[in-house]
Amino acid sequence: MAAPVVIHLEFGGGAELLFNGVKDHHVTLPSQPDPWDVKQLLVWIQQNLLKERPELFVQGDSVRPGILVLINDADWELMGELEYQLQDQDNVVFISTLHGG
Amino acid sequence: MTDEVGCLKAQLEEKDKEIVALKNKLAHLEKSNASVLELYEKVTPLTPLKAKASLSNEDIMRYSRQLLLPELGVQGQLNLSKTSVLVVGCGGLGCPLAQYLAAAGIGRLGLLDYDEVELSNLHRQVLHGEENQDQAKALSAANAVKRLNSTVECIPYHLQLSSENALQLIQHGKPLVSAGALRMEGQLTVYNYRGGPCYRCLYPVPPPSETVTNCSDGGVLGVVPGIMGCFQALEVLKIASGQGSSCSQQLVMFDAQDARFRSIKLRPKQAGCAVCGENPSVTRLVDYEAFCGSAATDKCRKLNLLSRDQRITVQDYKSIIDTAEPHLLLDVRPLVEVDICHLPTSLNIPLSSLEYRKSEHIQLLQESISQLKQQMEGDCRPPVYVICKMGNDSQKAVQVMEKMSGSEVDSITVKDISGGLMAWANRIDPTFPQY
Ligand SMILES: [Zn+2]
Repeated sequence: MAAPVVIHLEFGGGAELLFNGVKDHHVTLPSQPDPWDVKQLLVWIQQNLLKERPELFVQGDSVRPGILVLINDADWELMGELEYQLQDQDNVVFISTLHGG
Repeated sequence: MTDEVGCLKAQLEEKDKEIVALKNKLAHLEKSNASVLELYEKVTPLTPLKAKASLSNEDIMRYSRQLLLPELGVQGQLNLSKTSVLVVGCGGLGCPLAQYLAAAGIGRLGLLDYDEVELSNLHRQVLHGEENQDQAKALSAANAVKRLNSTVECIPYHLQLSSENALQLIQHGKPLVSAGALRMEGQLTVYNYRGGPCYRCLYPVPPPSETVTNCSDGGVLGVVPGIMGCFQALEVLKIASGQGSSCSQQLVMFDAQDARFRSIKLRPKQAGCAVCGENPSVTRLVDYEAFCGSAATDKCRKLNLLSRDQRITVQDYKSIIDTAEPHLLLDVRPLVEVDICHLPTSLNIPLSSLEYRKSEHIQLLQESISQLKQQMEGDCRPPVYVICKMGNDSQKAVQVMEKMSGSEVDSITVKDISGGLMAWANRIDPTFPQY
C-alpha cells in the first residue's frame, strides 16, 4: 500500500477558469495499492476538482493539446509525462498557452 | 583700427554660428519631411541592410547611456544597427516592443498588422493616439517609431501573416521571441534558438479551436502586455547585439496579480518534430487556419447554432417592448460585463450558471418564469428572450434552456436576440455603451 501523497496543483493561463478561478490547490491523494502517477492524477482531478467543461482540460487519457504540464518547474516531457510517479510535496502546474496581447 | 578688426571678427563669428544653426534646422526639417512612410499592402523584396563601419558622433551621443554598458558596447551597438526585426502585430505587445527596439537603434523594423486602430485598443497599444483611430495600425506604429528615431528604417505592412507571405518576410531558421498576455498573466519563450525547441516541438498537436481565447473576448490589463512586450524587446536586443538570450528552452511566466516571474525548463528540440526534427514531414508551410481550425485573427467568430425561427432581431425585440408584450429578458453575460451596461428590465443569469445548473440561479429563473406565467394567464408557454454581447453565448443559452423547458422550469418558448447588445447599440439605441 502506497501512503497518501500531498501535492500542490496550480492552474494558469486561463486553465484556472475551469476550476472556479482558483489557481492554487493543495490536495491529498488517498492511499492506494500502487504509487500515484500523472495519468491517475488526471482522472482524480476530473472526478474531484473539475467544475467546468472537461473537454477543455482532457483529451483521451492525457491533457488536451495547448495545455503545458510542468512538474517541479520542468516540462513533464522531461519527467516521463503520464508515467511520472508522484512524490510527496510535488508541484504540478497546468498552464494554457496565451496567444496575442 | 584693431578695435574695428576685433569687432568685425566677432560679428563674423556670430554670423557663422547663425549659419550653422540655420543649416542644422534645414537638415532637420528635410529629414522629417523625407520620412513620410509608405504603407505596404504586399511583401516586396528589400535591399539588404548595410553594416555600419563605425558610429557617428550623433550615434555616440544618442546611444551613450547604453554604449557605456560593457554588455553592449560599440560592437553591440553596431550589431543592432545591422539587424532587421519583424514585429508581428502592432498591438499591446508589439507597441512597446517596437518602441524600445527603435529607441535602442535597431537597423530595420518590419511592422505588420492587418487591423486598424480602435478606441478600445488605446489602453494597451500605447504607440497609437486618439487621432490615429481608423488608421492602419502598422502605419500608425511606424510613424510613432519614426518620430522617436528617424534613423531606423521602418516598413509598415498592412496584411496578415500567412503561409503564403511568411517565407517572403522571414528567412528560414530565424529565432522567434514569442509572448502572450491575457487578463493578469503573461508568458514568453524564445523558439528556434541555439538548439532549443521550435514552436512545433512544444505543440505538436493544435489546440481545439474553441480554447484559443484572445483579447477581444478575454479582457486584459494594458500594462500586462506592456511588460511582456518590453520583455520581448529585451530578449531581441540581447540576441541582436550578440549577448544572447537565456530564454531558449524556457517558458517565463509572469503573474501580475502576485507580481511574480517564474521560469520553467522546457523540453529540448525534439528529434521527432515534424518541422525541425531529423525526418521533417512538414517541408513547406501549412495553413495555420486549416491546422488549428481557427482564424489567425483576434476577431470574434460568429456562431450559428440555432435555426431562423429560434432567433429574433433587435428590431423585433424593440417592437416587443413598444407593444408591451409580456416576456422575460434574460441576459447571460458574466456579472462583470453586466456591471458595464445592461437593458433595464433584464434578469442576469450567466451562461455558466445555466450550463452547471447553479441552484440559486435556477431557482431565480423558475420564480421569474412562473410569475410571468401567472401574469399571462391563459398562455402556457411564456416567451423568454436571451441576450448577450454579440449573439454567441445567447445561442448556447437557448440550447440549454430548451433542454430545461418543461422539466427544470415551466414550459417556455425561448429565442435569442441576434447580434446581442452590440447590435442593439448599433441599430436601436445609439446611446447604449459599446465595449
Ligand atoms: Zn521542432
